[in-house]
Amino acid sequence: MSCPPYARPLDLRDGRVDLGHGAGGRAMQQLIAQLFARAFDNSELGRGDDGAVLPAPAPGERLVMATDGHVVSPLFFPGGDIGSLSVHGTVNDLAVMGARPLWLAAGFILEEGFPLADLARIVASMAGAARAAGVRIVTGDTKVVEQGKGDGVFITTTGIGALPAGRDPGGARARPGDAVLVSGTLGDHGMAIMAQREALGFESAIVSDSAALHGLVETLYAAVPAEAIHVLRDPTRGGLASTLNEIATQSGVGMMLDERAIPVAPQVQAACELLGLDPLNVANEGKLVVICATESAEAALAALRAHPLGAAAARIGEVSADSRCFVQLRTTLGGRRMVDWLAGEQLPRIC
Amino acid sequence: MKYVDAFRDGALAAGLAQAIAREVEPGRDYAFMEFCGGHTHAISRYGVADLLPRTVRLIHGPGCPVCVLPVGRIDMAIRLALARPEVTLCTYADCLRIPASDGLSLLKARARGADVRMVYSAADALALAERMPEREVVFFAIGFETTTPPTARVIELAAQRGLANFSVICNHVLTPPAIEALLAAPAADSPGRPRLAGILGPAHVSVIIGSAPYAFAATRHHMPVVITGFEPLDVMQAVRMLVRQVNEGRAEVENEYTRAVTPEGNRKAQALIDAVLAPRPQFDWRGLGSLPASALRIRPAFAAWDAEVKFGLEDRPVPDHKSCACAAILCGAKAPTDCKLFGTACTPETPLGACMVSSEGACAAHYNYGRFRDPAGA
Repeated sequence: MSCPPYARPLDLRDGRVDLGHGAGGRAMQQLIAQLFARAFDNSELGRGDDGAVLPAPAPGERLVMATDGHVVSPLFFPGGDIGSLSVHGTVNDLAVMGARPLWLAAGFILEEGFPLADLARIVASMAGAARAAGVRIVTGDTKVVEQGKGDGVFITTTGIGALPAGRDPGGARARPGDAVLVSGTLGDHGMAIMAQREALGFESAIVSDSAALHGLVETLYAAVPAEAIHVLRDPTRGGLASTLNEIATQSGVGMMLDERAIPVAPQVQAACELLGLDPLNVANEGKLVVICATESAEAALAALRAHPLGAAAARIGEVSADSRCFVQLRTTLGGRRMVDWLAGEQLPRIC
Repeated sequence: MKYVDAFRDGALAAGLAQAIAREVEPGRDYAFMEFCGGHTHAISRYGVADLLPRTVRLIHGPGCPVCVLPVGRIDMAIRLALARPEVTLCTYADCLRIPASDGLSLLKARARGADVRMVYSAADALALAERMPEREVVFFAIGFETTTPPTARVIELAAQRGLANFSVICNHVLTPPAIEALLAAPAADSPGRPRLAGILGPAHVSVIIGSAPYAFAATRHHMPVVITGFEPLDVMQAVRMLVRQVNEGRAEVENEYTRAVTPEGNRKAQALIDAVLAPRPQFDWRGLGSLPASALRIRPAFAAWDAEVKFGLEDRPVPDHKSCACAAILCGAKAPTDCKLFGTACTPETPLGACMVSSEGACAAHYNYGRFRDPAGA
């Protein structure tokens, strides 16, 4: 960028997004150069071309690609914001495929009138999250929609990662007898978001668990044979319940969980009680579900617990043979019930 | 979690289960109706039935406000929201998905352009009206005595503040007349309904109205009643108390939920309700039909905040879906699995009947938590 076509710098303090920032002209070029390229700071993006030129994977490795749209409200919440979330979301989608995340593409849909200062905060947070995760944001796209037609900022991230030979986790690989592990407390992200929503109005110290999980996954693969790890998932929307039902359906198996073993932070449990919600249905953004051969379960659990993101990891149940693919739970009371898919949107009860 | 975990303790539950098993008499059938949907939900969610002897049967009653609301009332709200673009209709989450006429629900009406919003409380609806003076904010109020005081309060506040753009469609219903209707109906009127041996009385409702209003059940119908909390150990303790009443031939109103319920209830809340709302001469209940003095309307002094008056709304009765067994299920005459539509045409994603909408409905509770008990292929 030796010949910048704009005379004055972008007003990142008081400026606002306008339709020109998505029109393909000078204003858009300035936004990209003075905000995105500067924050993401890598040679691929710095070239300013329409795409990124990337090296081929090492011999024996395969490529994994994943994409994720982010529409969170509020945009800033305890423990993160839409920027870091948009990096973690796609990094985690790659990580649970067993891949090492390498590159990201980011698509921004901005609403006319959105403060550039907030956008700069979000972009800085994305850049920080990407640096921490060791991935580069190498290409992107910016569009601006008229006021009232967006919700501030929508971000879509698409990622590419490299899958080392021998790793092949997949939702269809759960087998009866396998152990079901989770890397920590459930429902933190969903309740942190809900507690922030204006309509709810309760004070809460709940912090989102938004985090990149690829380091945890690498720790796991270092501790147990790759073939022993049958399924990896991050239980995001729909929570653990929907994730386990997905896996049960894909694999044609059932599961039996032990409610007493499932970690839930007391403040999340309390907030769920208040709203009549089930923490098993509430979203997570930094938790890993591992389904592995039972003989590797204790080693896997120890590996998870040795990592900062897995300190509260727990073995919560096992895979069973069940042609109806039911996920069931032994309750703290000693009874039994199903843990079903979330039906529609998770809604609070009347009384 | 302090104050909650203690009521879900597995060891205590096992001890209580043994005690109940010791106390049930051979050859006796203990069919207890949990009137309240909150109990149905708790029983399913914690698998309480697994801990009880087979002769103790818990039967779902008509105490879910979403389930007993007749379709005509939802139609009324939908017609208003679609016909008047200036109206913002807000209600509790559960109401949004109740199936109405013409394949609509409030959610589907929203997709057709109606301004329908979910609120967490009546106070949120009032605040919305204050924030949007250019809109007509209508609160679709629903619930038993539990959610009635907040509705009365927002009407009172709107009147005090002279808030002209706020009004309420009042659908609040009363518990004692519904219990009376259940107990007074001859068995011939509801074939299949088991002979009830006792009633688990509502928790939150009784916090407001107290335990005294259930006396008629014991004295007139010789029906044991135990008011109980929503925690699973509360329910089990109440079952034990009912078993004892049955064994001893007693019919009394007992209160297991003494930590929240008194005989006289919350007098302040009762006075508030009485000041703003008055009984309707008749009200339609899904499952129970038209019952006298079983629901509340807004008093004429507050007519300016009564959406039914303000917008000239008409209550047109609508028959239930022909194959839907909600009515029989709500009276305990049928189980969810007896309904032809259960789990096939009617699921939580595509509810055809109200019992599948609310998580407190008998069908949704069984579908979400208890399906594994059904024979494979059912």
